[in-house]
Amino acid sequence: MIAAQAPLREFTAGFARDRIAVAAFATLCLILLAAIGAPLVSPQDPYNLAQLDIFDSKLAPGAKAGAGFTFWLGSDDQGRDMFSAILYGLRISLGVGTLSTVVALALGMAVGLTSAYAGGWLDNLLMRVVDLQLSFPSILIALVLLAVVGQGVDKIVIALIFVQWAYYARTVRGAALSEKRREYVDAARVMAFSARRIVFRHILPNVLPPLIVVATVQVAHAIALEATLSFLGLGMPITSPSLGLLISNGFAHLLSGRYWISFFPGVALLITIVAINLVGDRLRDVLNPRLASHYGA
Amino acid sequence: MLSFAIRRLLQSMLVLFVMSALVFVGVYAIGNPVDILINPQADQAEIAAATRALGLDQPLWRQYWNFIIGAFTGDLGKSFAANIPAVRLIFERMPATLELALAAMVIAVLLGIPLGLWAGLKPDSVSGRAIMAGSILGFSLPTFWVGLMLIMVFSVWLGWLPPTGRGETVMVLGVPVSFLTWDGLAHLFMPALNLALFKLSLLIRLTRAGTREALAQDYVRFARAKGLSMERVVRVHVLKNIMIPIVTVTGLEFGSVIAFAIVTETIFAWPGMGKLLIDSINVLDRPVIVAYLLIIVLIFVLINLLVDLAYTALDPRVRLAGRST
Repeated sequence: MIAAQAPLREFTAGFARDRIAVAAFATLCLILLAAIGAPLVSPQDPYNLAQLDIFDSKLAPGAKAGAGFTFWLGSDDQGRDMFSAILYGLRISLGVGTLSTVVALALGMAVGLTSAYAGGWLDNLLMRVVDLQLSFPSILIALVLLAVVGQGVDKIVIALIFVQWAYYARTVRGAALSEKRREYVDAARVMAFSARRIVFRHILPNVLPPLIVVATVQVAHAIALEATLSFLGLGMPITSPSLGLLISNGFAHLLSGRYWISFFPGVALLITIVAINLVGDRLRDVLNPRLASHYGA
Repeated sequence: MLSFAIRRLLQSMLVLFVMSALVFVGVYAIGNPVDILINPQADQAEIAAATRALGLDQPLWRQYWNFIIGAFTGDLGKSFAANIPAVRLIFERMPATLELALAAMVIAVLLGIPLGLWAGLKPDSVSGRAIMAGSILGFSLPTFWVGLMLIMVFSVWLGWLPPTGRGETVMVLGVPVSFLTWDGLAHLFMPALNLALFKLSLLIRLTRAGTREALAQDYVRFARAKGLSMERVVRVHVLKNIMIPIVTVTGLEFGSVIAFAIVTETIFAWPGMGKLLIDSINVLDRPVIVAYLLIIVLIFVLINLLVDLAYTALDPRVRLAGRST
């Protein structure tokens, strides 16, 4: 908390002390740039049928395409360049993961703050719901939800939000409860500020920084969960091929030895998740020195 | 202790009831299964007859009422697709899932605790760091992708292990198990390893953190000062103290292993109840989906209850804290 209010320079210096975290951050930036600039970077628009050539299908990594460029990561059964498909898939995976986490964070925060500030039966009810949900694994909840509402990009975002909000609600409530006992909240009350003002202007800013760190790591979880659901055939529709769906498509070709259709999207997924996790871990350590000494470097 | 147990039991039953209502209403809100099950050329009369036969023409509350009455007698409806009782279908598949989940837990515990202990005792050594790096990787690797890669390496490239299925089983006490035959063991190894990976990483981290915390305590320093060997200190003083959280987490995680088996079973075509769930979702076989969810909710509630009770019995501090509230 103290570090969070210290100058930005000190924060960056603290972050930069861990070389692995810096490398992870650089990788993450590169991935983000590649995903955002996918139409510029990729040699082919993988979903423009006019650019696909069936004679290029199932080529091994390094083979030349009919159009002149090289399939560095091979091609799939429709002659689609895997490298391009991965870049476009990253866009979808990152987009869905980030969007659902941000909405879940906002929702969880609202519930958590309400619960902490209202107390009483409302607090009790909300926290029982949270407990109930958190006692089941997220994959099971997401599966059931998708089985009920059906497929689609919007549906999977809803499922991912639904899976994550309870976690934030509990974290925010805990943090807000401990903040509520601080002197500055008493002072604000003495000054007869409204409850809304105290919650949003006094408690929220103090609860937010550690929460954003938690959310960073949660984006990785959301991406992994989306990929898993898509692999099971309950996530993304074919019109929005995320990394999980690419891996799923490659599954059929795996047994005939064409590993690259599944392998490379998985590697991209893995690198993204590891990079996010490393950056998130480091952020947590820098923002909260007490935790850092507890868990070690 | 007894009043705590009774209160906890009532709580569990309430959870079960709430979940059953949620699951029922949720699942029965999906499209019309008649469309999928009946011949597309069927006329109106045939569709109406099929709807009536499946009990889908009655109001939702009526269907739920019948369902609850049935649930108490162990009858959760007939599978639309297989036309046999849903509960029987799931119980037929359950041994395969339980065997897989147990095998995964055994792998995770047998590897995770020693590795975590080592990483906790020698946090700065190369091996300790390598173990931790491995556990970070284990957390980050998407389980389903690891499964695919296992198949690629061990089945496609090396040809050592069969990629899918359960293999030969032997009946033990009326339950088919596969770990007693070579063929079954070969089929079991990859899925179990795949399923174990995440829990293995978790156990490594948990054991390491516990060990490091315990090593800094006064009683460990005192034991060392008394002249006890490091080996004895670790075995008697450290391990004993970190075992309570480890046992708790291992117990609690068993439920999630069963849930995650859905993914592993789908990859390796392991004929367990997780694969049954995915197949049933794909054909909208509602009774099976509902029965699966209720049974898994029951498993979860039971595990939570048992772990809570065991924890209270093991750790006097919890008991005292419970009494004061």
